[in-house]
Amino acid sequence: MNSTLASQIVTLKIDGKDCGARGDETILSVARENGIDIPTLCHYDGLTDIGACRICLVEVKGSPKLFAACSTLVTEGMEVSTNSPRLQRYRKTILELLFSERNHVCAVCVSNGHCELQAMAMKLGLTHVRLPYRYPNLKVDATHTRYVQDDNRCILCQRCVRVCAEIEGAHVWDIMGRGIEARAITDLNEPWGASTSCTSCGKCVHVCPTAAIFEKGKSAGEMVKRSFVSELAAKREVYE
Amino acid sequence: MSKARIATVWLDGCSGCHMSLLDMDEKIITLASLIEMVYSPTVDMKQYPQNVDVCLIEGAASSDEDIHKLKIIRLNTKCLVALGDCAITGNVPSMRNMYKVEEILNRAYVENAVLQQQIPRIGVPVLQTRCRPIHEIVKVDVFVPGCPPPSETIYNCVADLLAGKTPDIGATTRFGK
Amino acid sequence: MTAEELNELIEQEVEANKLFVHSINVCVAAGCLSSHADQTLDALKKEVKAKGLDKEIKVKGVGCMGLCAAGPLVEIRDASNAAQVMYQGVQGEHAEQVVASAGKQSVQSLVCDTSIPFFAKQVKIVLENCGLIDPERIEEYIVAEGYRALQKCLQELAPTKVVEEVTKSGLRGRGGAGFPTGLKWATVAKAQNKQKYVICNADEGDPGAFMDRSVLESDPHRVLEGMAIAAYATGANRGYIYCRAEYPLAVKRLKNAIKQAERVGILGQGIMGTTFNFTVEVRLGAGAFVCGEETALIHSIEGKRGTPRPRPPFPAQSGLWGCPTLINNVETFANIPPILRKGGAWFASIGTEKSKGTKVFALAGRVSNTGLVEVPMGMKLREIVFSLGGGIPDGKKFKAVQTGGPSGGCIPEQFLDMEVDYDSIAKVGSIMGSGGMIIMDETSCMVDVAKFFMEFCKSESCGKCVPCRVGTSQMYDILCKVTDGTATPEEIAMLEELCDLLKSTSLCGLGMTAPNPVLTTMKYFRNEYDAHIQGKKCPAGVCKIKAAQEVLV
Repeated sequence: MNSTLASQIVTLKIDGKDCGARGDETILSVARENGIDIPTLCHYDGLTDIGACRICLVEVKGSPKLFAACSTLVTEGMEVSTNSPRLQRYRKTILELLFSERNHVCAVCVSNGHCELQAMAMKLGLTHVRLPYRYPNLKVDATHTRYVQDDNRCILCQRCVRVCAEIEGAHVWDIMGRGIEARAITDLNEPWGASTSCTSCGKCVHVCPTAAIFEKGKSAGEMVKRSFVSELAAKREVYE
Repeated sequence: MSKARIATVWLDGCSGCHMSLLDMDEKIITLASLIEMVYSPTVDMKQYPQNVDVCLIEGAASSDEDIHKLKIIRLNTKCLVALGDCAITGNVPSMRNMYKVEEILNRAYVENAVLQQQIPRIGVPVLQTRCRPIHEIVKVDVFVPGCPPPSETIYNCVADLLAGKTPDIGATTRFGK
Repeated sequence: MTAEELNELIEQEVEANKLFVHSINVCVAAGCLSSHADQTLDALKKEVKAKGLDKEIKVKGVGCMGLCAAGPLVEIRDASNAAQVMYQGVQGEHAEQVVASAGKQSVQSLVCDTSIPFFAKQVKIVLENCGLIDPERIEEYIVAEGYRALQKCLQELAPTKVVEEVTKSGLRGRGGAGFPTGLKWATVAKAQNKQKYVICNADEGDPGAFMDRSVLESDPHRVLEGMAIAAYATGANRGYIYCRAEYPLAVKRLKNAIKQAERVGILGQGIMGTTFNFTVEVRLGAGAFVCGEETALIHSIEGKRGTPRPRPPFPAQSGLWGCPTLINNVETFANIPPILRKGGAWFASIGTEKSKGTKVFALAGRVSNTGLVEVPMGMKLREIVFSLGGGIPDGKKFKAVQTGGPSGGCIPEQFLDMEVDYDSIAKVGSIMGSGGMIIMDETSCMVDVAKFFMEFCKSESCGKCVPCRVGTSQMYDILCKVTDGTATPEEIAMLEELCDLLKSTSLCGLGMTAPNPVLTTMKYFRNEYDAHIQGKKCPAGVCKIKAAQEVLV
């Protein structure tokens, strides 16, 4: 944490509302403190932000560029707009891209009703995807004794990668491949069940926004995520 | 006032959306008073009629027949409603898209069959290489997601359309509901 | 090495050279090497030895002479280093004739006319030593005024003055975006941090671009000197050159140059008798285009997966291992020594109002003189393509110039009289980029060109952010349908929507600029798109339009 920034007090406007914040806070955290909701997918409280999903993009007055609210620090006099028609349009199209990328079949998914991707579609009023679905043929890794990894439902938010490296300290998960071929993998792309680094702590399961990682034995709609990770991260921050 | 001409169509789906449509309890009486069902799996009508006001389509487009039907429907329908996830996303039927058609047919009719192991070829529509959402084939006016969409959503949607209003679909349903 | 030692070294080298009456320079940069310049060099050396002339004629390998299309190039120079003649297409079998012609009648059948605009209209700053000095000998670089600028900085100029001089020169980043170099240096110099880094971005990855490669292969010490000056100016003491592994010769020459510079005390501890320390390491890229993006490059040097991160913070504030980091492109660093030697004002006198100095362009594609040219900023595009480039071969008609690689756009004929500088190119929807110019004639289908670059972006996308990862894939699919003749107007509308999305929402420059080839071809060659979609025809005859019965539905 940057101590000089943390000691600065800045004032800014988010959607016209005057906000006060510490200089080391992100636009997202200040917005949420002030009751302004900015939709997010890859962000997870307690994990490092990476700005990958682009759902939380906001406009900042005076800049033609858009900024990821999760990973942009507030500055003095900033005027942020979080929900313009342009942003809504972009968010929706990004969501469409995500749905078209892999095989999201909500009806038979263990996370049906508890899925952040599905909830985001509802929130943003997405009723159909205008882009053709790609229907890639992807693997399901059920070699772990307790969990399953299903690439069909992965949105590459990298929460599993981060929680495993940052909170559990095991770094079992990582990303391999590039572009549309990118995949979340365990160890050096070995079956999860054969992983020697995995502690089976289940943190990745519970931060996964969809059901790309889920517990064995769950049927459609039964996989409910618990949110103990943020709490764990917050407690650690206090002791640090 | 003349009754609205309504059609429902069942393509590649499980008929669950039609079940949901019929599952609206006493409201079906209100609905029935407003509409004339001109074409539906529940109505014995062989040919898709002309001048249909609203057509609810369940199921994805999987075969050449589905595509043929959709084109006729579009030509003769004012408002086309994609009813349920199969029509909108491909849903479960589209789970075959990762494989070749021959592989699937072989799996279903030969490998997993006990009697008469043969792939049916005569008198059945030919499967397309991919099962697709119907809006990839024809223009769709209203999307009602859900697996199946709750009957309340269907009722409200039809009622709103008949009243000339834009139905608020997102409020009561979602993908996979 | 002290100043006296430097002078001593120069004297020794000059003295040694005096013994030779002629020198035969053989281009051994990648272009000529691919047409067997190494064999030519060997043959010439053997021939000189066989004729007993090895005390009079010095045969040496030098860097790029520019006209790659005519390689291998060989130049004969006299004792005063004045050029006698340049030969083209010299193979081993010509060795006898070539050696015999030194100081005598030139071999007419091999002569490469250096009075043609390709050579005559160039202004060489970055490439001033290319083709003249042996890139594998530091002595030759030093004799050619090398490391003099560094010496001047260390002895006469305070770091702030160095930054001022660079600012005064108006130099802008040659990597593509054209950010003012002086401003970047000043930001790093101002940063309060004990540890700072200087990184040279040598991950040149645009298809058809080979400027940086040529500089590294022909004059590696120039880049080291530029980096050392930058380190002195910004307060850094460690440098990295991030070079793509696909440039083995550049890597070899860089490593060799670093070793030589360390040996003579130009790199290392207490440089030139001062307290200034600077060490340089070469890091190899593993073939990812995205690692040319500065934050991805930094991650790669750190040993992480080469993916970009959101900016701010910019590397100048928080870069390599969280320290302030100056990151410039090869050509930018190569401009530094002459700027410090001759002054910022001198540099600023070349070029246009907002784009100073020269720019190296790699001419490729359907142009007669493929190769490297260095021209002042503001030269007309027409002059570059038709005068220096020699126009389109085989009497074909010019169609477009693609600048800036996959991030750039296609500039059509109507803009041929445009002055080439950062702002003019940006105005027509392309970018200067690192300097690749791919010339296309009537045999190119512009939709196919857009598809080619989209395929490139799709396979080079790192996959971190959604718009670039999925968007490039979806856009590529639509472009395939256009070239198939199966696309619908709705799909074209979607293509345009995705262009806007990627431009506005992608995480890094790769995704933001990936739509440029599509946008410019759609803007300037809409008729070609329409011909594919409505007319079911490819005007250039490149694309295979699907017959109606093959089309699904």
